[in-house]
Parts: sequence; C-alpha cells; structure tokens
Amino acid sequence: MFYREAGQFKASYREDQQIFPIRQDRIGIVAAIVFFFLVVPLIANQYWLQAILTPVLIFSLAALGLNILTGYAGQLSLGSAAFMAVGAFGTYNFMLRMDGIPFLVALVLGGLCAAVVGILFGLPSLRIKGFYLAVATLAAQFFIVWVLVKFGWFSNHSTSGVITAQHVEILGYTFDSPLSKYLLTLAVVVVFALLAKNMVRSATGRKWMAVRDMDVAAEVIGIRLMGTKLQAFAISSFYCGVAGALYAYMYLGTVEPEGFNLDLSFKILFMIIIGGVGSILGSFIGAAFIVLLPVFLNVAMHTSLGEFIPANIAANLELIIFGGMIVFFLIVEPHGLARLWQIAKEKLRIWPFPH
Amino acid sequence: MQFKKSLMLGAAVAGLAVTGYAAAAEQYIGLPTYRVGAYAAGGTGLFGGWIDYMTMVNERDGGVNGLKLVWEECETEYNNARGVECYERMKKGGTTGNTVFQPLSTGITYSVLDRVANDKIPLVTMGYGRTDAADGRVFPWVFPLITTYWSQSTAKIKFIGMKEGGMDKLKGKKIVNIYHDSAYGKETIPVLDAQAKQYGFEVIHIAVAHPGNEQQSQWLRVRQEKPDWVILRGWGVMNPTAIRTAARTGFPRDKIVGVWWSGSEEDVIPAGDGAKGYIAAGFNVAGTDFPVIKEIQKYVYAKNMGNMEDKSRVGSVLYNRGVVHGIVTLEAIRTAQTKFGTGKALTGEQVRWGFENLNITDERLKELGASGFLPPLATSCMNHEGSGKVKFQQWDGAKWKVITDWIDSDQALVRPMIEESAAKYAAEKGITPRDCSKEM
Repeated sequence: MFYREAGQFKASYREDQQIFPIRQDRIGIVAAIVFFFLVVPLIANQYWLQAILTPVLIFSLAALGLNILTGYAGQLSLGSAAFMAVGAFGTYNFMLRMDGIPFLVALVLGGLCAAVVGILFGLPSLRIKGFYLAVATLAAQFFIVWVLVKFGWFSNHSTSGVITAQHVEILGYTFDSPLSKYLLTLAVVVVFALLAKNMVRSATGRKWMAVRDMDVAAEVIGIRLMGTKLQAFAISSFYCGVAGALYAYMYLGTVEPEGFNLDLSFKILFMIIIGGVGSILGSFIGAAFIVLLPVFLNVAMHTSLGEFIPANIAANLELIIFGGMIVFFLIVEPHGLARLWQIAKEKLRIWPFPH
Repeated sequence: MQFKKSLMLGAAVAGLAVTGYAAAAEQYIGLPTYRVGAYAAGGTGLFGGWIDYMTMVNERDGGVNGLKLVWEECETEYNNARGVECYERMKKGGTTGNTVFQPLSTGITYSVLDRVANDKIPLVTMGYGRTDAADGRVFPWVFPLITTYWSQSTAKIKFIGMKEGGMDKLKGKKIVNIYHDSAYGKETIPVLDAQAKQYGFEVIHIAVAHPGNEQQSQWLRVRQEKPDWVILRGWGVMNPTAIRTAARTGFPRDKIVGVWWSGSEEDVIPAGDGAKGYIAAGFNVAGTDFPVIKEIQKYVYAKNMGNMEDKSRVGSVLYNRGVVHGIVTLEAIRTAQTKFGTGKALTGEQVRWGFENLNITDERLKELGASGFLPPLATSCMNHEGSGKVKFQQWDGAKWKVITDWIDSDQALVRPMIEESAAKYAAEKGITPRDCSKEM
C-alpha cells in the first residue's frame, strides 16, 4: 500500500530507462540527499561530522568499489586496501609534483592510477577463479604496500615513510573545517554512487552479472570475458583509489602505507558481506555497520558496565559481542542487510493484505 | 577501575555538547588504550602503569597540588580510524576538554597530527611517532619526549663503541642492522649510514618482512657476513624469533643490541634460554626497586585498586614505561601550574606550555622516587625531545639487568637532520616556523 507502483505508467523510453523507475524511490533518494546535504550540517556536531559520518562515507565508497568487482562481476578480491593506497599516494604525488593542479583533478588522476594498477593485478583473473583469484589479489595487497615503503619517491623521501595531505582548495575556498570536508566527501560519494547505480543496471552491469553467474555461458552469448573482467577490475580499483585519496585528504590528513594493510582489505570485504553482495545500498549499510557498531559498543559499554568490570574484560567483551552480532545477522539474513530492506519493500507493497 | 569517571559518554552518543559536571577542580585526561588485538600485551602494560601512577598520586596527594586527576578510556584496537574516533570523542571531555593525547601508536599519531593544532591539545609521543617533531618551531603541539628513534640509534652506536673500547675502535668493524621492513624499521637507516661514514665502520641492512616469524635466511646471511655486532630493530613477534634464530645459528646474543620495542619481557621470554645475554636499549628500566613503584604497591595494590590483572607484571619494562608516561605528564601539569596557578583545571593550551617548559632534574627525580628510572628531562621551544638518553639492559634469563648509565645521543649529528626534515615538512604544508626568541 505504501510502496505501490500501480498506476505509474511509463509512456516513453526515457521514463522507462531512468535510474529509479519507481516514484517512491525517487522521492526517497532525493529526500535522503537533501537530508544529508542540508539537514545534517545543521544538527550534527563536529564529533559526528569528523569521526562518524566522514569515515562511513569514505568506507562506503571503498565498499562500493569492491562490490562492483565481487558482488556484480563475481571476482573475489583481497586487495581493496592496496588500491586505496595507490589512490592516496597517487593523488598526493599529483598534488605535490604538478603545481596548481585542482584537487578534484588530482583525485580523479589518483583514481586512474589505482585503475591501471587494478588492471595489472586483474590479469590473472582471466585464468584463475574464485578463491585462487583471492590469493592472487592478496599478492597485490602485499606488493603495493611494499613498493610504497621501499621506494622513497612515492612519499617524497619522507624519512618516516608517511605522506601528509596538502591543503585542499577548490575555487579559492579552503576545505579545512569538518563541515566542508564532510560536504566535499558527500558530494564525491553521491556522484560516484549514482554513477555506480547507473552502471550496474546498464549493459555494462549486465555483462558483469552474466560473467559472474556463468562465464562460459556469457562467452557463448558474445560477451568478451577479458574486456569485461578487466573493466570491472579497473572501475572497482578506481572507486577504491578515490576512496583512499579521500581517506587521506578528508579524514586522516597523514597516512602511512602500513595503514592500508590486509586488515583494512578484510574490513571492506566484511562490509559488503554484511551489507549485501551485489547491492549498492548494501555497501552503505555494511560500511555503517562495520564502522559504527564497535564505536557504539564501546560507548555503550562505558556508560553501562564500565564502572563495574575491569577495562580488559570490557574491551574483549565488546569484540565478542561484535563478532556475535555479525554471526547473528548472517544467520538471520545470509544475503546481507540490504536484503532486509528489499523484504521490507515487498511487505510495504502488499500491506495490509498479504497473500 | 572504581575510579574511572565515565563522563559525557551517553551524551556523546546523542551528539550533544555537554559540559562536565561542576565539582572540585578535576584534570581530565583521555586515554586511547588498546587492550585487545595483536598489541594488547603492550597496551595493557603501558596504560596499566600509567593509570596506576595517576591512581597513586590521587590517593597519596589528592592529585597534583590538589588538582584531582580523572581519566576515561577509549579502546582503539591499535587501529588508526578507531584512534581518530577516540580522539574526537574525548576531545570535549571533562570541564576543559582533553588536555593531552598520547596514543602509544605511531599510526594514530600520524592520523591526529593535523588535528591537534586546531584543537589545541598537546600530542605526546614518548619513544615513537614522528622524529622530526622534536623541532618545536614547526611542531608546537607535538612532543616526541625523552628520545626519538634517531637519537636512540646514535646512542646504540655509542654503546657499541664503549664496548669496543672507544669510538675510534669502530673503524673497520662490521655492524648488521636487522630491521622490520616497514616505515618504522627503515627510519634509522640514514642515521646509521651517516655514522658508518663518520666512524668508518661498515653497516649492512637486512630487512625482515612483517610479521617476521621466519628469519632463517636473514640469520644465515648474518653468519656469512660475520659481523661484530647486530642491531635489532624489531617489532612484535619478530623479536623473539630473531633471538631464537640467532641462538640456533650460533650468533652470540650479547652482541645483539635491540631497540626499546625489542626490549621488554614479552620479547625475550618466548625465546627461552636462547635470550640469555641479549641487550636492549630503553628510556626506562625494569624492576620494582624504585620508591615510585613501591609507592604504587603501597597506595594502589595494597588497597586492591590496581589496574593490572596480572600483578607480576608490575615492574616489567612496559609497565614501568607506563609509569614514566604518568610521571612526565603529571610533571607537565605541575609545571603549567607554576605559571597558570593551582586549584583549577588546566586547558590543553596551558598543559602544552607545561610540556614545553619541563625541567625534570636529578633532584626532582629523586623527590619523585624515580632516580635512575628515567633520564632527566628539559624541554624548550626549540627542543621538544628534551633528553635523548637511554640505558642498556641485559637479559639474564630471568630479568633485565641494567648494564650502563644513561648514554647520551649524538645530537650534533641528529639535530641537523631533524631540522632539515622539519623544514621540508613546513615547506610542504606551508607552515611558518615559530620564532623561539619570542616564546615565553
């Protein structure tokens, strides 16, 4: 009843092909964008903007990148953090070595660097599949971090091997307040999320899904495996690279190659598993879940039991609860949290007269 | 833990700005602890010692000149993003906001480096973090106190020189530097190279990939090279493995000198008997024979208020390092009180002044019950390191034995490198260094 598309007739191809064909979805998306752009800045304080919302957005973008590769094109990857590192160090070097380059251009160029590296490490995917491919991308994870530490040029010969993000200025406005950083991150993430949404429902996305579901069948109906797989690797790495650059410029400020370690790759993988493999919305939900739940547990533990039990036990208890909740959600909904939303939509559509 | 005041946490969830409750003046300190994960052994020891020292001062003296200390823990899991979240959460804690941030993690140090200047919270990194922050003109808010990796590396060469019978005897000697293949491990390579040139010894750098639980090939290489000394710049599981492998390949352990991250009980006990004779640097020493540790046992553990679950760890290297953190932090507060007055909570800005004007002399250390526990320390606007001295301890199979007095670093070599690196950072970030003659 609330989510009924009956009566919404599509009279032209244009209407039939828009990103969100259902009116309720369109209203929902516009409302969400308006909320995050206009209402959140009014109600959120610095802590929320800087420590909660910005990282969630950045990890959502990285998860989106991995979701394109793993969820849509079916290629398992454990190198997401390394591609983020390429994006961050790429953007840094463009900013450093090309005088007066606009930040957004450097951001895209950094993403392109990650895309190129992604294609290189995607080449094995033409011969190996599944878990074996995961191992091959694991090589990317270790190799890229090693290269960034080994060759001083990437960090401008900093003795400690770290890079420090330069000031970001767009059209004379300096992005240094938490609010401006949040808004810039949000703008980039919204643009890329809409692009991704558009991609996965177009021919590109359908090719990915065909390859994912059965690559021999896809080849038989005329989809070039090499091009499709490498394209998925390129676009996925591009997204991760942009996320990495935002991680460095909009969130941390100073990053070290070791910050982009295997743990981070796993974290991004968990985001899409929890959020929903093969779902744009799932990337956002998964990132929010993985980033916010430990923080929430920590705060909850402090306010409730923190006074009575030793800190060591409290800290370990948080991890146990976190792990337990992941197991719980995966048992209740193996397809990820995004699936819950889909079920809710179905229910809303037929309420109050289920079959 | 009965003392922990959970301030404003619920409010932080609701996203509200809350002023702490108005009571007698209390100095709020936010502790970004890590009690779970791969580095939990370090985190529990370090923060345990620090918290115990603050509890002791509260119990014995009622705080610093009557200013009671309160603190709040936030679990970082040694993870950069979690560390930033903790930093932001605790920023507004207490009545004055967080007044000092000491993450005990180089990664988190870098992640909050840009933020501390805006928020006016001093960032103190004892024995880790960004070496060139010792130049206080470029980094007014960052304090790599006591000693940096570079200073400590020169002290190690000095120690080796002493053992060889003079710095001139280093000529023609061969030293192998076994390092963790990461930014942390590589940081001392330029200093060692410079010193090799200066003193005419040969230095060979051998990398060990993270995590370093297999080092057969590296130590075979050591055996081929037949060095006079080996410097171990390890981290985590790499340390016991290195010592064990050295024992297996027959390299004498008393010719291995470790960095302080390689010099705790946790590093040598897993290596068993093979660790006997192994030497490591440290800016604090192990043991319970110090009045300050005795006071902690008397005022804290006797009343069953200690932070350590395993009481046998009191007096271990990492625990004592936590006590050093407590001593230096509280001395900074005391120093700040001489300028800004007692009886009220200090702001981060005022505590920063305290850190910049520290002068912990030998006499003062004696009053604190910490003679020989940590080196004397004097900071200034120019010099945010303050000491550079380390002691060397040898593992006798059961405990660490101090084998040297405080050994000075070679500031003539290190300082210009620090200034050069800091100037490069300032140029990159567009920072104008402070003029120290105008600082008060």
